[in-house]
Amino acid sequence: MKRLMNRQPDSLVRYILGAIPFILILVLYIVSSEARLAENPQDKLLPSLQSMADAVDTMALQPSKRSGEYFLWNDTLSSLKRLGMGVGLAALIGLVFGILNGVIPLVRANLSPFVTAFSLVPPLAVLPILFIVFGLDEFSKVALIAIGITPFIIRDLQAKVLELPSEQLIKAQTLGASTWLVIVRVVLPQILPRLIEAVRLSLGAAWLFLIAAEAIASTDGLGYRIFLVRRYLSMDIILPYVLWITLLAFFTDYTLRYISNKFFPWFHAMSK
Amino acid sequence: MIEVKNLWKNYGDNVVLEHVNTTVAAGEFITIVGTSGCGKTTFLRMLLGIEKPTRGALLLDGKPFPEEPSEERGIVFQKYSVFPHLTVLKNTLLGIELGESRLLGKLFGKPRKAAEDKAKEILESVGLSHVLHLYPHELSGGMQQRLAIAQALIKNPRILLLDEPFGALDPGIRADMHELILSLWKKTGVTIFMITHDLKEGFYLGTRLWVFDKVRLDPDNVNAYGASITYDIAVGKTDRKIYKDIDHSLDKSRKILGEEGVEK
Repeated sequence: MKRLMNRQPDSLVRYILGAIPFILILVLYIVSSEARLAENPQDKLLPSLQSMADAVDTMALQPSKRSGEYFLWNDTLSSLKRLGMGVGLAALIGLVFGILNGVIPLVRANLSPFVTAFSLVPPLAVLPILFIVFGLDEFSKVALIAIGITPFIIRDLQAKVLELPSEQLIKAQTLGASTWLVIVRVVLPQILPRLIEAVRLSLGAAWLFLIAAEAIASTDGLGYRIFLVRRYLSMDIILPYVLWITLLAFFTDYTLRYISNKFFPWFHAMSK
Repeated sequence: MIEVKNLWKNYGDNVVLEHVNTTVAAGEFITIVGTSGCGKTTFLRMLLGIEKPTRGALLLDGKPFPEEPSEERGIVFQKYSVFPHLTVLKNTLLGIELGESRLLGKLFGKPRKAAEDKAKEILESVGLSHVLHLYPHELSGGMQQRLAIAQALIKNPRILLLDEPFGALDPGIRADMHELILSLWKKTGVTIFMITHDLKEGFYLGTRLWVFDKVRLDPDNVNAYGASITYDIAVGKTDRKIYKDIDHSLDKSRKILGEEGVEK
């Protein structure tokens, strides 16, 4: 008998082992939901799968009686727009300053301490300031996401630039590269896959800031909806929404991973 | 072409090089051996322009060496010399592109075609024309070093610096690389400085062998005195006796500095 640490599951066993927690939680939910509903059919805490399906039908497939909009799709669109703009802005700023900080010692000496200090400011504590200064519009929400994750991306990319072997940077100079050319031909292409990694890592935080901002001041969005229906204890809507957000997060991550693999094959071959 | 006048280098109390005096003519092929910690790499880094002498002068055509890497000095390191995100052809093209396109560092159309032809020619001469579109991680160590050499030579540097370029390669492949570097040297007439751990390699290649060693060595404080060039001999006129002498003379430092040492 091999030691436990040396025993590898084959692919079928791996599959089953991986599925078990999902199945367990589903079964546990159904059983407890039925038990509660048997005692009190009006119970709202653990709605049956059927009532959740009905809620999804109302939210996603039926136009609202009052405004004619499809809530789920509208909310998704608004939220993804904010998330995309916030994360895109953060990625752009992060890329520019991460590279400048990493490549140019004078810029690093100038900005690195500030970025470090700024990254310690809790973004949610800044939210009221954003609302006061920029109003309750879209910009405040986008800004919160950007403020929340930009320092992380800058610091991460700066570290990744500094990890590039100095041999490469010297070699590029012996080939006649100026600082600018070292950036565009040597550093930037090697940092892009790392930017994707940094964005993937910061997406969780980005969702957190998005939902927080929507919960506090918004008239649509996934976060807004969840906090709105909370007043009526509408678990039948909240649970599918949470599941939907999780799926969106999963697909975003999956897409980024796919793009990275497709466009930067050398990067993934190296890091193996 | 190159003059070294009473060169010293120290980091605080740590004296790395002292009293280095020599001149090098264009077209020489100098191999440098010595125990580690004896300043070989420091000397190479000064030639490259990323270290400054503490005292004394290091002159190229009578002027101090430029204080940052430049096109006239090509370099091949033991590893990390090639760009992992570019294919073999693009790695080689890079030198031309960086020189000709100052804004994007990329060529298109006709100039690119001309540059590609030149790159292919050089890759042919180092034996890489069958792998033009592979990435470095798909190449063996020897092929990566061939690529690094091609990449450096495409700029027609006056000086080629090789920092233990074959140290990580198998002996058989190393022999092939010796052939290659000798034939390229004869063809281009470039001045070569090559650091090696392998004394035999130093004897076999090149026109001149330098041994960096500490003339004075305090066993209790090995950094008190710096190294200098203890042997400077024209290779080819040498014999077994000198090889043994050098080997023996290095033994003392090897014992005290206690490292992997110069391979016999």
